[in-house]
Amino acid sequence: MKGFWAVYRKELHSLFASPIFYVVAFIFLVISGYFFYSAVAYFNLVSFQAGRNPAVLQQLNLSNMVLRPFFMDLTIVFLLVSPLLTMRLYAEERRSGTLELLFTYPVTDRATILAKFSAVVTVFLVVLVGTLPGFFLLEYLTDPSWKVILCCYLGFFLLGSAFMAAGLFTSSLTRNQIIAAVLSFGILLMFWIISWMQSLAGPSLAGLIQYLSIMEHFDTFSKGVIDSTDLLFYILFIAFFLFLTQRQIESYRWRG
Amino acid sequence: MIEAENLTKFYGALPAIKDVSFSVDRGEVVGFLGPNGAGKSTTIRILTCYMPPSAGTARIGGLDCFENSLEVRRRIGYLPENVPLYGEMTVRGFLSFAARAKGVESAQIPKETERVMDVCALTSVSHRMVSHLSKGFRQRAGLAQALLGNPPVLVLDEPSIGLDPKQIIEIRKLIQHLRGEHTILLSSHILPEVAQICQRILIINKGRIMATDTPASLTNQLQKSSKILVQVRNEDAPLGSLLKDLDGVQQVVPRDDGPGRFMVETDRSRDLRPEIARFIHEKNLELLELRMLDLSLEDIFMQLVTEEMDESGVPSSSLPESGPGEGDGKQDQNVQEELAS
Repeated sequence: MKGFWAVYRKELHSLFASPIFYVVAFIFLVISGYFFYSAVAYFNLVSFQAGRNPAVLQQLNLSNMVLRPFFMDLTIVFLLVSPLLTMRLYAEERRSGTLELLFTYPVTDRATILAKFSAVVTVFLVVLVGTLPGFFLLEYLTDPSWKVILCCYLGFFLLGSAFMAAGLFTSSLTRNQIIAAVLSFGILLMFWIISWMQSLAGPSLAGLIQYLSIMEHFDTFSKGVIDSTDLLFYILFIAFFLFLTQRQIESYRWRG
Repeated sequence: MIEAENLTKFYGALPAIKDVSFSVDRGEVVGFLGPNGAGKSTTIRILTCYMPPSAGTARIGGLDCFENSLEVRRRIGYLPENVPLYGEMTVRGFLSFAARAKGVESAQIPKETERVMDVCALTSVSHRMVSHLSKGFRQRAGLAQALLGNPPVLVLDEPSIGLDPKQIIEIRKLIQHLRGEHTILLSSHILPEVAQICQRILIINKGRIMATDTPASLTNQLQKSSKILVQVRNEDAPLGSLLKDLDGVQQVVPRDDGPGRFMVETDRSRDLRPEIARFIHEKNLELLELRMLDLSLEDIFMQLVTEEMDESGVPSSSLPESGPGEGDGKQDQNVQEELAS
């Protein structure tokens, strides 16, 4: 892994130096704040209304009524903004010609790809940390289950990393950042809406479609369950796109 | 130190270079010369491990560029054409990154960065953003990153392109200063530049190596006739027709850069200057100037390129003709003096 740290530091520098990160983080955090507030406020309202009916009150669940909707909404926002974080990774280097420097430094392609991926995932983590204060507030007001919260975060982190891997791949396909972003958005949306076909397909195909759906696997995490199938799905998804990226970079080198 | 054997590279079905072979010895400064699109950058990109060749082998210090790619890259400092740099970094930041990527030990990085900035006179702009640098500073930053880690081989692709004359002189001085410590391969389409800096020249055209030699002996080899400049005071004298009768003279061409000036083309085997002087004296004409004109590198280059064109069936007259100018001759003499020193 020669040169991993060098490229990783450079990528972090580029990501934090670019205004895209600040715009994306700002929009993401503002919207996530809105979602968090509305979920908590709605829960509050329902709790008051159910106050006179102990049977309903028993069924009210903070994890189901606040955490799940909040994280589900966040995934939509992140689907929209993650291509903006990944689009420049390779496209910009190709456009400006700096890829020629990276290709001729004693750094392996694999190290470069992993460094770029790790850097953008680090940036994603920084954005994600920004959503934590809401939960500290929740802790102050009531008694949320931190196990479920952490489970949701783990799922969201894996989901986001999968988005990043796909975005890294599309960025390596072109020298145009916009095309990279649109392609990445298209791929992610495909993996999202593929489950809509489930009811129309036969039983065996339906199983496959369900497995491929990127959201199905997140659903389990958002319920507070860590299933090795879901873990494996995201890890395979990431590995597959990183592998594709490496092939693409290799092919780019051969074509010259 | 640098060896290329039958390098061939296809872009799709189109060959960019065909059977390019040459070698550069340790410590040599070699110029890689050719018109735009001749295959210079392609060859250089293969040597620097940017891309593998379609056929043939390239070796740096005995290591194969494809099989020992990382080892080779560690030994090369490369300045790509158009100098791609990371614009969002400061000069120091960029050089530190490059040093780290090149495997310079982390304790040595600040020292090494300072050293190359010092060599390339970048210290005054070390805190400036790379994207705000002028073209000249960009070029120097590019050269500085190539020098990091003190690689034994430097490959510079068009180091002076797009610079103003003052900056060109500065960058040439810088490269001359590096001579001796490093083996340098330098590409250019500007002849005087190559002639000034390099000990040896490789001429490439249409993906093939056309010639390789020192500037002086290239001139010697390709000069088919000697050219002598004659100037007399008597402007109306029919010197042209008189000189033609002299034994060994092939052609006399009046020159349009002054009255009474002629270019006399003679047999290469003997120096006719004493005879011409005697002849003019006998005719009672006043001789003002008499000297040998060297074939300039431009002429050699044009000759090689034109010959190639002839072979491929394109009329050579489609190329601009160039005669050896007075200035070119002088320049060539300067080159020879410089090389001798």
